[in-house]
Parts: sequence; C-alpha cells; structure tokens
Amino acid sequence: MTEAFDYSLIDWSRAQFALTAMYHWIFVPLTLGLGFIMAIMETIYVRTGNPEWKRITKFWMTIFGINFAIGVATGIILEFEFGTNWSNYSWFVGDIFGAPLAIEGIMAFFLESTFIAVMFFGWNKVSKKFHLVSTWLVAFGASLSALWILVANAWMQLPVGMKFNPETARNEMHNFWDVLLSPMAVSKFTHTISSSYLLAAIVVIGISSWYLLRKRHIVFAKRSIVVAAVFGLITSIFTILTGDYSARVVAQNQPMKFAAFEGLYVGQTRAPLVAIGVMSTSPEDPDNENIKDFVFKIEIPNFLSYMAFQDINAFVPGIRDLMEGNEKYNIPSAAEKIARGKLAIDALAEFKLAKEAQDQAKMDEARQILDENFQYFGYGYFVDDPSRLVPSVPITFYSFHIMVALGMWFMMFFAIVLLLVYKGKISQSKFWLTIGIVNIPLAYIASQSGWITAEMGRQPWVIQDLMPTMAAVSRLDTNAVITTFILFGVVFTTLLIAELKIMFKQIKIGPKQEGGH
Amino acid sequence: MFETFELYTLQQYWWIIISLLASLLVFLMFVQGGQTLIYQLGKTETERSLIINTLGRKWELTFTTLVTFGGAFFASFPLFYSTSFGGAYWVWMAILFAFVIQAISYEYRTKPANFLGRKTYEVFLFLNGLLGTILIGTAVGTFFNGANFSVDKMNLTNIYDSAISRWETPFHGLEAVLNIHNVALGLSVFFLARVLGILYIVNSVNEENILVRARRQMWNNAVPFLVFFLYFVIYLLLKQGFAVNPETGEIFMEKYKYLHNLLQMPVVLILFLAGVAGVLYGISSFLFCRSRKAIWFGGAGTVLAVFSLLLIAGLNNTAYYPSLHNLQHSLTIRNSSSSHYTLTAMSYVSLFVPVVIAYIYVAWKSINNKPIEKSDLDDDSSHIY
Repeated sequence: MTEAFDYSLIDWSRAQFALTAMYHWIFVPLTLGLGFIMAIMETIYVRTGNPEWKRITKFWMTIFGINFAIGVATGIILEFEFGTNWSNYSWFVGDIFGAPLAIEGIMAFFLESTFIAVMFFGWNKVSKKFHLVSTWLVAFGASLSALWILVANAWMQLPVGMKFNPETARNEMHNFWDVLLSPMAVSKFTHTISSSYLLAAIVVIGISSWYLLRKRHIVFAKRSIVVAAVFGLITSIFTILTGDYSARVVAQNQPMKFAAFEGLYVGQTRAPLVAIGVMSTSPEDPDNENIKDFVFKIEIPNFLSYMAFQDINAFVPGIRDLMEGNEKYNIPSAAEKIARGKLAIDALAEFKLAKEAQDQAKMDEARQILDENFQYFGYGYFVDDPSRLVPSVPITFYSFHIMVALGMWFMMFFAIVLLLVYKGKISQSKFWLTIGIVNIPLAYIASQSGWITAEMGRQPWVIQDLMPTMAAVSRLDTNAVITTFILFGVVFTTLLIAELKIMFKQIKIGPKQEGGH
Repeated sequence: MFETFELYTLQQYWWIIISLLASLLVFLMFVQGGQTLIYQLGKTETERSLIINTLGRKWELTFTTLVTFGGAFFASFPLFYSTSFGGAYWVWMAILFAFVIQAISYEYRTKPANFLGRKTYEVFLFLNGLLGTILIGTAVGTFFNGANFSVDKMNLTNIYDSAISRWETPFHGLEAVLNIHNVALGLSVFFLARVLGILYIVNSVNEENILVRARRQMWNNAVPFLVFFLYFVIYLLLKQGFAVNPETGEIFMEKYKYLHNLLQMPVVLILFLAGVAGVLYGISSFLFCRSRKAIWFGGAGTVLAVFSLLLIAGLNNTAYYPSLHNLQHSLTIRNSSSSHYTLTAMSYVSLFVPVVIAYIYVAWKSINNKPIEKSDLDDDSSHIY
C-alpha cells in the first residue's frame, strides 16, 4: 500500500473551519454577555420606572443587534461544515453529536429568535413585563444555545457515554446524561460562558469609558459602568475558578494537550508552572520541529503538579513521556498505541469480511480484538508519521498563557473600577478610563486565545484518540476548499468591516434622548 | 414510551418530523420570495422600507427553521448529512453563502456608515431569495431523481483513503441542475415563495399602492408556479421510483412508485390534495375576492403539500436519497439513521415542539397584531430596519 494521503486537503479544511469558527467567535461572546447586562438594566427600568434606564437598555440593545446579526450569519456555516468538510466525522459521531445539535435548534434557537423579535419590535406592542420576560428569554436562549454546542465540542475532547458498533462503523450513544454531564462538558460550558460574560462587561466599560473621557452621556456611562463592573467582577472570578477546573480536566484526559500548554518536554514530579516564558526558535526534539526549548522562563515551583492533580508530588507527563512511553508511570509509548490502533482498524475490516462470510467465530474473534484496542483506534492512522501526534507547542503555549494572564488582569481591573466607583472618582480617573478602552481588544485576544488553546492543543484529534483529522475529512479536491476558504475570508472580512463601522458610528451617536433604537 | 418502539417505527417518526420541518421551512420562505419582490412591489423608498420591515420581523424564524432542519437531519439521518453535504459540496456551499448574506442585510441596510450602502444589502436580500429557494428546491429534487455518490463504511479501515461517502462526479453536486425535473422543483419553490411573499405582504402592510401592484404580481408568479409544479408532480407520479425490499434491503426500480406511495398511504394522498387545494384557494381568494388573509390558506396548503411530497420520498419502503452510481448504495430511512437510543432520546425532545410552536404563535400575534403603515417607519420608539 502506498501513501497517497493529501495533507494539504486537511490543512485547508482545518484552516476553513478555523476561519469560520474564529470569525463566529468574534461576535458571539459579546451577545452572550450583553444579553444578561441588558436584561439587568431593563429590570432596573421596570422596577424603578426611570426612563433613563430604558434609554441605557436600548442603546446596548442596538449594539447587541448589530453583533447578533453577524453572529447568526457566521454560525450557520459551522453547523453545515461538519457535513461539507468533515464528512467521515459526521457519520462516525453523528449518533452522538447530532442530538445536541438538534436539541440546540429546537430548544434554544427558537427561543432566542422568537423573543428577539418581541425585544426589538415589542416596546409599544406588549406590556412592560412581557417585554422584560422576552429580554431575559433572549439572554437565556443565547446561553442555552451555547450549552448544546459546547456539550458536542466537549464530547470530541472526552468521548464518553457511547460504544463503537462495528456493524455500522460508528459510535453509538448509550447514555445521554454521561454525554451531557461529563466533566469536560461541565468545565467547557461554565468556562466559556463565564468568559463571554466577562468580555461583554469589558466592552460595556470600555465604551462607557470613552464617553466619560469625552464628557458625553455622563449619567448613562456611569450607570453602565456600575452594572458592568459588578457583573464583570463576579463573572471573572467564576471564569478563573472554572478555568482552574478545566485545566485539571485536561490534565487528566488530554495529557498531550496539557504538556503543550506548558511546553513541558520531560515529565516530572513537583513540576513547576511556567509563569512567563519565551520559546527558542530551535527545536528541542530534532525529530519534531513543533517542540521548542525555552530561551527564558520564570517558573512557580511545584505549581503545575498542584494545578493538574492538586498534589505537589504528582507526576506530570511531558511530551517525551507520552511519545516514548514511561514504564515507571505506566504510560504507553506512541508506537504501542499506534500498533494497538492498527490492530483495532484491521479487526474492524476482519469483522466485516467475517460477517459477509457469515463466520460467527471469526466475527467474535475480530470483535474481541476491536474492543480490546478500540481506545487507541485513531492512533492506527499514524503508522507512517507518529510525529503528527504532537500539537504545535509554541502556539498552544502562548495562547494558553495569554489567556490566563489576561483573565487575571481583568479580574483586578473590575475590582479597581468598582473601588473608583465606590469612591466617586471614576469619571476623573483618566488613566483607568483609558485602560478601559485598551482592554476591549485585549478581551477579544483573550477570548480567541482560549479557543486556540483548546483546539490547537488537541491536534491531531477530531475525537480524542479515536479519530484524527486525516480520517475525518471529506474527500474533496483541495482547490475546492481553497476556493471556499478565500470566499469565506473575503465575505467575512467585508462583513466585519461593515459591522465595525456601524458599531463605531452607533457609539459615536450614543444613546438617543427619547426611546429610539 | 418511545423506548418501547421498534427502530423502524422511530425511523418513520423522525422522517415525519424532518418532512414537517422541511414543509414549515418552505412555507416560511415567503420571506425569501418577498425579498425578490422588493423592487416590483415598492416603487418608492418608503414603500420598499415597508416591505423590508414587515419581512424583517420574520426572517429569523425562517433562518432558525433552516438551521433546525439541518440539525435534526444530522441527528436523525447522519449518513445523509455526511454523504450529501460532503459530496454535493458546491450546491450546499452556494446555499450557505446565500443565507450568510441575508443574515446581516436587514440589520445593516439603513444603519449609518454601513460600508456597502443600502442598495448592496437590498441586492443581498434579492440574491438570498433567488438562490436560496431555487437551490434548496433543486437539492430536494435529488430525493426523487438521485445523485452520483457511493457509500462504503468499511473505507474507514483504509488508513490512506478512509472517506466513507464519495461523490462520483467532479462537479460535486452542480450536475443536479442538469436534470430538468430537479430544476422544475427548484423553480416551483421559487415561484411559490414569491406567491407566499405577496400573500404575507398584503396581509401585513397597509399601503394601497403596494396592494394594487401585488395583485398584478400574483398573476405573474402564480401562473409559472402552477406550470412548474404541475410538470413536476405529473412527471413524478408517472416516473419510475426507487423502491426498497423490506426483507432484504435491496433497492430496485419500481414503475409508478410515487403514485403507488400516494395510493397505498391514503392519508398522505388526502393531505396532498388538501394542500394543493389550500394553495389554489389562497391564490384565488386573493385574486378574485381580494382577501388579505389568504396567506393562512396558502401557507397551510404549502405545509400540507410539501409535507406529503416528502413523506412519499422516504416512507412506504422508498429510498429517499437514491444513488445513481450504485443503486444498492442508496440511502433509506433504515440504513442511514441514528441508533435506537439516540432516536428515542430525541423523540422525547420532539415533544417540546408544540410548546415551541405555541410561543412562536403568541409572539407572532403580539408583533403582527396590526398591519405595518408608513407612520410606523417614523416611530422612533421601535426597531426599524
């Protein structure tokens, strides 16, 4: 058998998915968080009857609407791309992945899209309370949408609640609750959602800071800052706690990704955490240029072991342990996993032949081999090039550290802003107001970095240990994917420019004096 | 409850749900149809804004139905998802682009500093209406006329070339437009969407000039709709169909298969006839009695007619996605569905559908309680596109 695999097809298919996902994620976190911030503001309006709060709510709804539209536009692509570009994947996992996606549509999207119409068009058509309920339902609907797609994503990182069926050559769901409530699903949902709320709070404070610096809409800006800073402080603490939990879940279930987070090449007990590090351009491992050494690093002793396993004496495996194996800690080598994966793949082929020949004994034998080795099924595709089992360490390391550092910084920032509000000095603090504006792009960088960490760090897997990208991709001509990649790039960039211009203009115009949207 | 059902019962149940979602989608494509009529019904900026604003209150419902249809199809018949989407790449990509440009157009059209200008967003809306309807209709046509693909799940064991579903032409779906029967369905959907768009607009806009033009436009669209629809249906009922032997799973050609399906499932036949009658009644009550509530007949008729057409595509031992490359690779509801467990779990979720429909109805009534007028466009307290 000769190698005929077209890696450029995988790279372009991945690039296209990354492009659409990253564009989608520019718009989604703001709407997730802004939904609740608007709902809180409208609640204050309904409770106090003060029209200023209605004006504040409506301004943020305008910003919400501009973002929501483009979030929808970029979101539909993702759903269909599972089929168009990852055809094998959509069969292999369709029995599990499809269900959350369908539930998302039936239970969340309709909730969101129905009540968004009431929220925008219903100010004079429905009662105040019905309108308020609609705004809250939009906020919950948006977060509920996020729940199901994140459950699906979590399953890809930690496949549970299913069994492989050789008759149909796919994974079949055996326990819906295991899928929904797996530690990965819980950590992914809570961390993603809270970090989105945080981002929205940063954006609200940033825009309001700009008004205060320009001495415009003072009351509006101060009130917006109070709501956003309280919301932001609470959600940033939650983001850090859920982030810590996420790291533990990754350490236990995706050790290669965890090692890439930290650029940990050689595993150790009492492993230190690299707080700040700069990677060398030369490879640590001559066989794999992805693995780099550090030219500079500041470490926190023992902290990595503690973070991963809540025990400073715990052994954290490095990339070399995972590739070459480590008998002492019972870690199999990549070669062993590849051999067992190949056994599983061959057993599936044998099973099919035995079934056609109606040879029950051989079927049972093949099935047993398959069951024994199925946990390494995906490794069987790497017989020619095991080095592809290592993700890009520099990208994973930097994105992880940028995300963590910015997350910590945002929590401190919210606390400082609240202190200034408490002392009545917020509108005079030019320095902190300027920082508030600078924080907006930083929040987006942190948010994107989170996804880069999660998705680049788990390469080459579409489904952890079971299906690599090369076995998941649709059989298309690479040029077709390049063409659609360019088309998406052009269309999304054009729409992003339009979105930003409209947003800036609306911010410049500011909240309208009476009603007005 | 559902766990006691046989797998085949659940597969039929989910084919019925998919068909229902698709039929609701076709009805809701009155938004797309309306978008292609903006310039024909609206001659002034204000008139066009009235039309766009009334359609804009519903675009998301159509969009969400499309997304849910995709998700539900993926969940219940994943082999179709992987085969058709990964194979007929260009058709699905074109459909997606048509919907991407719609989603921002309403919100951005009249916003200051919108970069592309009002006209561009109106062109986007037109393109969405034109391509979205024709391409979806043409793609559904392949349910009856087949497509060029092969499926072999054991390809998974070839580590160098593991694609299960393969497209057997280099055109990746574009060849569907060479089949006139597919195109006839695409054009039927296009003109039906325009007919429904007119009925929705006359129901929800209070502007005499638009009403007068709508009547003329109805003739221009109802006639071609009927021509293409009748051609499609007559051809369908007379053609050979893709039948499945329930005992062996073998696919074979059967004369008058779709006609047989209607006759062997009389309830579906009644639904189909009632649907066609509803659409015809809707059109004629608007044309001859100037009824402004005709959308409800036209809409209900559309749902029933499309629903029954899709039922005969997949039920009664019929292959719903026939393979022209190898008949035995055709997809049926038996060989392409999710497992018993997943279909059961999702069936419980489907019980929420009436709740969803109920709150959509309440929200619809509260927003569309009176037709939109010119004065509404000056109402600063509401959201205006």
